[in-house]
Amino acid sequence: MELDALQKHMLETISDLHEIPEGAYNIRDNGQSAGRNVTANINIVSKEDKPGIDIIVKENTKNESVHIPVILSKEGLKDLVYNDFYIGENADVLIVAGCGIHCGGDSDMQHDGIHTFHIGKGAKVKYVEKHYGEGEGKGGRILNPVTKIFVEDGGLFEMESVQIKGVDSTIRDTEAVLNAGAKLIIKEKIMTHEQQRAETNFVVELNGEDSSADLVSRSVAKGHSYQIFNSKILGNNKCYGHSECDGILMDEGRVVAVPSLDAANIDASLIHEAAIGKIAGEQIDKLRTLGLTQEEAEQQIVNGFLK
Amino acid sequence: MLELQNICFTADGKDILKNVSLTLGDGFTAVTGPNGGGKSTLAKVVAGLITPTSGKIILDGEDITNLDITERAKKGISFAFQSPVKFKGLTVHDLINLAHGSALSMTEACAYLSEVGLCAKEYINRELNASLSGGELKRIEIAMIIARGTKVSLFDEPEAGIDLWSFQNLIRVFENMRAKIHGTIMIISHQERILNIADSIVLLADGAIQKIGTKEEILPELLNYSGSCSAITEKFS
Repeated sequence: MELDALQKHMLETISDLHEIPEGAYNIRDNGQSAGRNVTANINIVSKEDKPGIDIIVKENTKNESVHIPVILSKEGLKDLVYNDFYIGENADVLIVAGCGIHCGGDSDMQHDGIHTFHIGKGAKVKYVEKHYGEGEGKGGRILNPVTKIFVEDGGLFEMESVQIKGVDSTIRDTEAVLNAGAKLIIKEKIMTHEQQRAETNFVVELNGEDSSADLVSRSVAKGHSYQIFNSKILGNNKCYGHSECDGILMDEGRVVAVPSLDAANIDASLIHEAAIGKIAGEQIDKLRTLGLTQEEAEQQIVNGFLK
Repeated sequence: MLELQNICFTADGKDILKNVSLTLGDGFTAVTGPNGGGKSTLAKVVAGLITPTSGKIILDGEDITNLDITERAKKGISFAFQSPVKFKGLTVHDLINLAHGSALSMTEACAYLSEVGLCAKEYINRELNASLSGGELKRIEIAMIIARGTKVSLFDEPEAGIDLWSFQNLIRVFENMRAKIHGTIMIISHQERILNIADSIVLLADGAIQKIGTKEEILPELLNYSGSCSAITEKFS
């Protein structure tokens, strides 16, 4: 397939891709599959009953990657897609998703990606997801990802979720169920500006013995934007759960953190940390003593925080 | 050359600095004296973090009293804080780059860390966060000053939190700086070994300069109090 300039720009922004990726991929452009490649170990099959794909990774597949970027540029498009991932036992793969919306008109544009991950025993997945909105149009850029994660014994799911900028409204629902020895690591970074709204909902069930979860959310709320972070960790066995929400407030931004820990087992160990506030004055002072202006110092601190 | 002329600073009705006048030429000046005597305030006044109530600060003949922190940094003033600031997300490499003023290669950035006795490979990509110990943060703070390489360098109790092995290293760092930069180095310290390598020593107590002299003139007198820095503190508190 040939990529046009807009497609190339969006792919680069959301997936760090400069060209068609190596390995398995499926590119969804304005609700249609615009290109696909499978490998000997990774198959991608279109769903027949609803929009979306099944991604099937064979057991013991190592060092392979799957890219599934989504681009929306058609005015007023509302795209809903169901992607199911089946990761075989002891596989070790990188999955890069991401959605970029280029809004040129006045109608809202929306992508709701419903992703379900079935992680086999001992399998490891690193899942990277970037969301981004742009364009001169007045229409809203709306992204509502749903991520459901089921991790079998000894599996690892590591998720990096980044909302760079330009997304007007997002509700991000992430649910995970972990079996014995399974591990979940989630790093979420969100920057909102102007009148944007971002809602994050995590529900993690630590059902298996020695399962663990580490959820870290870093957010920057600028302008008049509003963010709410809801996290719920349920410890139903001997397990370890940690959630952390750090928010930087700028201008008139607002961040709400609503942590919930539910320890239903005597050996469950659950921790939550949250810190929300403006950039510390001493951080700005320190960078200014290195020769940065107030604005440059703030920019460095925010960039580092969301890096 | 850095000149402080009749610097006064009053906060909450209390005179913190009382008519302090001091000229610092090239070389190494140690400022010592009891806790609460005004030493840190003096360094902050020079770096621009505190605006004096009255008095003037002259750098190489230019009045910089009304310049802000950034402008003074650009004029060539560096300041190592007593309590290093932590940054979630910014790495040691990021801060060394910012201090240097341009992006350094891994090897160049590591050289600054090695100078302060840190195994560069272990530290260069770490975040400057609470996972680092007080001594490690302190040494990174000093590495940033070396990376800046400006004509005026201020250090507020650089020895605090630094272990004995590193202490020897710290002395060497200051001696190297003196040899390389040929600028003004002002170090606030209670440590005899740091006072011992100073070209001149300023005794600041109760917001005023009590005495200025060479180490030969000042050290014996200080040490005679009992040979320990706590005695200095007691004497003037």
